[in-house]
Amino acid sequence: MHLSETINTGFYFLAPGLVLVPLLGLLINAIFGKSFSEKMVGTVASLASGTAFVISVLLAYSVSINHGHTVSVPFAEWIHIGNLKLDWTFRVDSLSATMMLVVSGVGTLIHIYAIGYMHEDVRFKHEEGRFTRFFIYLNLFIAAMMILVSGDSYLMLFVGWEGVGLCSFLLIGFWYEMDTLARPSWANSNAAKKAFITNRVGDFGFLMAGFLMFWHLGSFQFDEVFKAAPAIAHESPWIIVAITLFMLVGVAGKSAQIPLYIWLPDAMAGPTPVSALIHAATMVTAGVYLVTRSAPLYTLVPQAQYIVAMVGATTALFAATIAVGQYDIKKVLAYSTISQLGFMVAAVGMGAYVAGMFHLITHAFFKALLFLSAGSVILGLERGHHALAHHGHDDHSKGKKKEAKKVESGHGGHDDHDEVFDPGDMRNMGGLRKTMPVTFWLYMAGTLALAGIFPFAGFWSKDEILLDAKLHFTSIYWQLSIAAFFTAFYMGRQIWMVFFGEARTDAAKHAEESPRVMTVPLMVLAVLSVAGGALNLPFEGFHNLGHWLSYTIGEVEGLPLNLGVAGISTVLALLAIFISWLIYGRNPLKTGQVDPLKKPLGFVFTGMENKWFVDEGYGVLIIKPFKWLSQFLADVVDWKFWHDFVHDTVIAGTYNWISEVALSRYADQKGIDAFFNSWGDFTNWLSGNVRKIQNGFVRSYALSVLLGVVLILGYLILK
Amino acid sequence: MVPVDYYIILSAILFTIGALGVLSRRNPLIIFMSIELMLNAANLAFVAFARVYETFSGQIFVFFVIAVAAAEVAVGLALIVEIFKSKKNINIDEMNSLKG
Repeated sequence: MHLSETINTGFYFLAPGLVLVPLLGLLINAIFGKSFSEKMVGTVASLASGTAFVISVLLAYSVSINHGHTVSVPFAEWIHIGNLKLDWTFRVDSLSATMMLVVSGVGTLIHIYAIGYMHEDVRFKHEEGRFTRFFIYLNLFIAAMMILVSGDSYLMLFVGWEGVGLCSFLLIGFWYEMDTLARPSWANSNAAKKAFITNRVGDFGFLMAGFLMFWHLGSFQFDEVFKAAPAIAHESPWIIVAITLFMLVGVAGKSAQIPLYIWLPDAMAGPTPVSALIHAATMVTAGVYLVTRSAPLYTLVPQAQYIVAMVGATTALFAATIAVGQYDIKKVLAYSTISQLGFMVAAVGMGAYVAGMFHLITHAFFKALLFLSAGSVILGLERGHHALAHHGHDDHSKGKKKEAKKVESGHGGHDDHDEVFDPGDMRNMGGLRKTMPVTFWLYMAGTLALAGIFPFAGFWSKDEILLDAKLHFTSIYWQLSIAAFFTAFYMGRQIWMVFFGEARTDAAKHAEESPRVMTVPLMVLAVLSVAGGALNLPFEGFHNLGHWLSYTIGEVEGLPLNLGVAGISTVLALLAIFISWLIYGRNPLKTGQVDPLKKPLGFVFTGMENKWFVDEGYGVLIIKPFKWLSQFLADVVDWKFWHDFVHDTVIAGTYNWISEVALSRYADQKGIDAFFNSWGDFTNWLSGNVRKIQNGFVRSYALSVLLGVVLILGYLILK
Repeated sequence: MVPVDYYIILSAILFTIGALGVLSRRNPLIIFMSIELMLNAANLAFVAFARVYETFSGQIFVFFVIAVAAAEVAVGLALIVEIFKSKKNINIDEMNSLKG
């Protein structure tokens, strides 16, 4: 094919490369990674992801020159059973191309950042050999995410869905033998398991939706499902309601919505690039993508849409309140992510698919930026801490022996407490804007975008959601507005606590700025966070994203800027930041001081601090009965009943009786054995008698011959 | 002319004596002699019948028998000598090493 021709028709044939190139990068690193330097490993992985981004750009270009025409690129046959025909087909349309761009674009930046981040992280944790493994997992994640967004059927989407779940599990438990403070513990593994198991609950919903869909609509393929759905919805709408609500369970699992959001805060146990890539920017938005992709189904059943929107709005508000009471810099961002995902789910639930996708994109930019900057802050503190702990020694990064490190960590840091130093605790920070100026400005950009300050990206996308809510559901509008207020407040609190005031620990005082390999990708993300709103401005002729997505999900009204909504949200955000300044900025936190909010709010703040005891509630309501049930099933049902009674007594006993008494004693011994033994005895007796003839006396043989001859002759003569 | 019955009777008597000798004696030399007796009893019958039927075939058979008997004796005596050499006696009842 000539290039000129391709430029006119499209680069659709490149679609399989989205998955294959990251897999290739993964294989190269898996096979040759041992002999590669860290830089080489990181370069290979970043190039693989970067190639996927280039392919995504070419595919998006192809979609645009073909006026959004959906193109399916068959790649491999998968399952052919009867009427069921499932192939691995890449679906290239404006929606999937958007997701591809976000995943591979943000993914590539995070790959580059991770080269710098993991270089130090593996050294602080004394596991330098694990560097390669991290990038193998990252590439695997990109491949799985690409399968998810490019799948042509719900089942193919599910393959990617499970693939990213696996990568999430692997990466949360990346430091599986320690906790977040690198103490030996299974805390990180438990966080990984929690994420995986919670997602199983969601996957159950997804699978049920899939089964119902196949049973009643006869297909998994998107177009066929959407074609069959209206007739079914007319006959028996409950089927579509059931499908969409089961799908919502899957969305709640993957996109961390009530009631399944509990895994996401724990998922912060993973290295920070993972939190940014998987648990903020891409994987967790899979649920939003799923609802948007299923727009033709949700549009048929407004009841289900309303439930989706309510779940999203409730999550947005609920998680935002928890974020206010958190001290860990990443936990705040985790709850913020849950809250923002709630915004997106609420948006797509209300049918504002463009607004939801818009927020998904801008959120990917600014939340990845915030997480990565937080990673930079954490490493900065870690550097300061190590520099202090090693003053007078060699530079820590020169690869000391593990034993030596253990002894040092034994008598702890040179801090004023005996506990292990937590570089992620905001109470250990303060004043970092002087020591880490680049990170500070990057963090500011992310914060203003998240808080929804004009003209940052978050302002435009959040306002679009709020405006849609205002027009359709007033209650959701107020919930989301209050959530936006809290968002601005907890981000303000974070900024004052982390970057302003005086350093509260020696580590914070000696924090060092991160290298350029980490800050340059952040600058790109910062530019996107500032200018990302340009994708879909609420002015006539600027609804670029809406126009682009309308190719796939149909025409969506492009709302004009509503000054009332925008004004209220901006005032709320500025008010929240002002209040946060009053509390945290005017009188900076002192070392060891309790949170100033704790006194006036009392038990409310205790609730926020402890995540409203949801984990404990689940512990009492679900985990404890579940454990008791498991114990009961194991001890009583399985062991006592099945094992001891059914297997040992009934089955084994009957078997033993049959084999021993009926078969062995009677049939075998008395019947078969006796029969063959009698033959043996007879043969024995016969041979005993016959051998008497063989007495060895030649003369007796001669007599036998004589008698024989006489007999034969007598017979011949006398016959 | 002596009727052929007498020859047959004599032949039968000689054969019986030979057979009894083979069965009852333990000395292989005597047994050989008894075997010769049996062979010659047969020879006698052959010759008698040859005369009755006026053919030569019976007489020719006798020559064969005599020749074979001579060969047999030669082999047999050689065996007896070897057995004697190894066992220092030639009692036929002790030659039972093939007994099952």
